[in-house]
Amino acid sequence: MATAFAPTKLTATVPLHGSQENRLLLPIRLAPLSSSSFLGSTRSLTVNSPRRLNHSNATRRSPVVAVQEVVKEKQSTNNSLLITKEEGLELYEDMILGRSFEDMCAQMYYRGKMFGFVHLYNGQEAVSTGFIKLLTKSDSVVSTYRDHVHALSKGVSARAVMSELFGKVTGCCRGQGGSMHMFSKEHNMLGGFAFIGEGIPVATGAAFSSKYRREVLKQDCEDVTVAFFGDGTCNNGQFYECLNMAALYKLPIIFVVENNLWAIGMSHLRATSDPEIWKKGPAFGMPGVHVDGMDVLKVREVAKEAVTRARRGEGPTLVECETYRFRGHSLADPDELRDAAEKAKYAARDPIVALKKYLIENKLAKEAELKSIEKKIDELVEEAVEFADASPQPGRSQLLENVFADPKGFGIGPDGRYRCEDPKFTEGTAQV
Amino acid sequence: MSAILLQGAGAGAATALSPFNSIDPSKLVVPSRSSLSVRSKRYVVAGSDSKSFGSSLIVRRSEPLIPNAVSAKADTAASSTSSKPGHELLLFEALQEGLEEEMDRDPHVCVMGEDVGHYGGSYKVTKGLADKFGDLRVLDTPICENAFTGMGIGAAMTGLRPVIEGMNMGFLLLAFNQISNNCGMLHYTSGGQFTIPVVIRGPGGVGRQLGAEHSQRLESYFQSIPGIQMVACSTPYNAKGLMKAAIRSENPVILFEHVLLYNLKETIPDEEYICNLEEAEMVRPGEHITILTYSRMRYHVMQAAKTLVNKGYDPEVIDIRSLKPFDLYTIGNSVKKTHRVLIVEECMRTGGIGASLTAAINENFHDYLDAPVMCLSSQDVPTPYAGTLEEWTVVQPAQIVTAVEQLCQ
Repeated sequence: MATAFAPTKLTATVPLHGSQENRLLLPIRLAPLSSSSFLGSTRSLTVNSPRRLNHSNATRRSPVVAVQEVVKEKQSTNNSLLITKEEGLELYEDMILGRSFEDMCAQMYYRGKMFGFVHLYNGQEAVSTGFIKLLTKSDSVVSTYRDHVHALSKGVSARAVMSELFGKVTGCCRGQGGSMHMFSKEHNMLGGFAFIGEGIPVATGAAFSSKYRREVLKQDCEDVTVAFFGDGTCNNGQFYECLNMAALYKLPIIFVVENNLWAIGMSHLRATSDPEIWKKGPAFGMPGVHVDGMDVLKVREVAKEAVTRARRGEGPTLVECETYRFRGHSLADPDELRDAAEKAKYAARDPIVALKKYLIENKLAKEAELKSIEKKIDELVEEAVEFADASPQPGRSQLLENVFADPKGFGIGPDGRYRCEDPKFTEGTAQV
Repeated sequence: MSAILLQGAGAGAATALSPFNSIDPSKLVVPSRSSLSVRSKRYVVAGSDSKSFGSSLIVRRSEPLIPNAVSAKADTAASSTSSKPGHELLLFEALQEGLEEEMDRDPHVCVMGEDVGHYGGSYKVTKGLADKFGDLRVLDTPICENAFTGMGIGAAMTGLRPVIEGMNMGFLLLAFNQISNNCGMLHYTSGGQFTIPVVIRGPGGVGRQLGAEHSQRLESYFQSIPGIQMVACSTPYNAKGLMKAAIRSENPVILFEHVLLYNLKETIPDEEYICNLEEAEMVRPGEHITILTYSRMRYHVMQAAKTLVNKGYDPEVIDIRSLKPFDLYTIGNSVKKTHRVLIVEECMRTGGIGASLTAAINENFHDYLDAPVMCLSSQDVPTPYAGTLEEWTVVQPAQIVTAVEQLCQ
């Protein structure tokens, strides 16, 4: 099986994409093999010790290699396949949902049903599915403006997301957030942020909550947080500040970089002094892993390791997923800067096509089954559009309702009553 | 109610350390006027000050707090003529008391900031708390305001109630992204799903030659952010009360403290109490003119008030306390009575709290004004280091007296 970490540990399973191509002139390689193993490994390090000291730089700087304990276990039981049929179908359905939904968004945008900035996730589905399908409902996910599919993978219904995009009351945020602010308390989707990097501290805070519950409140809390963000964000201060704090406090968080090489029109190589983002993890004292983000199974294996680490209380992981967005940065982006050859190369590595091939070749599913999933999803998305269309737009009364959790925050009016007691407040026309 | 007046001006100004004898305590107990308001039992304890303190009270950032200036609690009020019990403490201790009580009451309350733990806080507000509650509940953060403020916000969204300390309010400029976008707006953009019950607090204001960057007044920068509340404490009594109210509030609250007020001494009640976040405080009722102020300028105003009283004026002094939103009821009632308004603030002239307050008063009480609203603010100048220059950037009592005389012609 091909892992992201150790190419020489290949076993019988056929890798999805063959060997990884160099996509850049600089060889962004898998973490080179060295004698140090993944810090989360159950094997104790004999080479570099003591490992306990957080400031033991020598240990930290060595690249980390994941030990595929889980994979080895699977290999022995499952005849060298990485997933069961059930899991395979679940992954497939989730990726198809992501793709169909985003395609529908594009259609709806051009038909004038949604407005503003809409950032689509086509091509990156393997990252969202690979990570989020391993999480429980109480784990948290924090994303960026490219958040529709993260929300869907986390369990927010397609109806709620579509309605939110249409700006309707039935949207997950009552129409108040929009494309870039998908929140769901029920599913612990902590947003949805418009400015890059500003979600990462929030994710760090959610992870801090987990640790606090476990250690101060003595609750049984194993919740982890996964923070998704892009290559452009990795040049932003908040990213580094949070890497530091997460490693320092050993927070149960996974930092997932969706490196799609482009920040609108700025190529990652033109913006970054050292483009190998995974290397920045060990500099802060956490494992840094690079994985093929167009291959959902590889992502999933890395994710398992990282999530297990976090749940065990061993701290954060930085995962760089090499991925690509098939569309422009947003629906307003003409996408003229990117090379057609580059696009073609990645289109050939479409994660959905790859998974389909894997499932069929390994006899985990038949063509007909997959087709029926696709059909089901198509209907689901259509229905979501119908639902969103039919939903009402927010009324005036909604204008002032959620500004404050405690509406006394609007203060005391000249008549001595709290402004929120004014009947006009619920109508949305009160003077505040 | 007595509090020690700190030296408000530079060299040469008289150090007035006597209690304010012009306050009638009975007029200060205001019954709660709104059915929704939290029951704030306001005890005004007429304790008297027994000692006079010289300039050793003034806190310098680089030096630790002078322990000799700290009076022991409770028993030393030998000369107190009050029949009501209470304990005497300094403002920073009052903040600490409030914080500690809330942390005892609710295990979800935690503190995060630079040097809040082992160091005890650069102004000793969190002294001893790390020993009592542990390093995770009183978290020493690295120097990364934006990230730890955001971390506090994320923690609040997932059920904790963090109190985030800015070592100096000015440092929170680095956290503006998180305060504006996330703290203020997330409740709304999430459609009401997530609440952010954080308290962001720290000392600001013009100190004693701290230089331009450590002398900032951030209330003007934050006031436009929708979704946050801002309060400013000025006495040990309201410091503790506002701290507790802010922690209990479901809204994000920014609590502005002042560098020079941490050593104010007052006797506060032993019983538990909180101060209403949205209400203003009547400091001195009067008839001739309404003077609206907050934070340290309250003391300059009271100093000017003594002069004014001697000259025959009867100013009504209100500490607005709630910088956002304004308590237009208390303010309005006062305007309707006196018909003249003077605002005295330490904020900058342009776009400051005073500017907003002037607009609000003109808009709501225009008919009741006999003269234009006058606003005395700090100069729009980066606070100079030199003592003389610094003195001229901030409003001094003499200017207040002149302004009142002018308005009351």
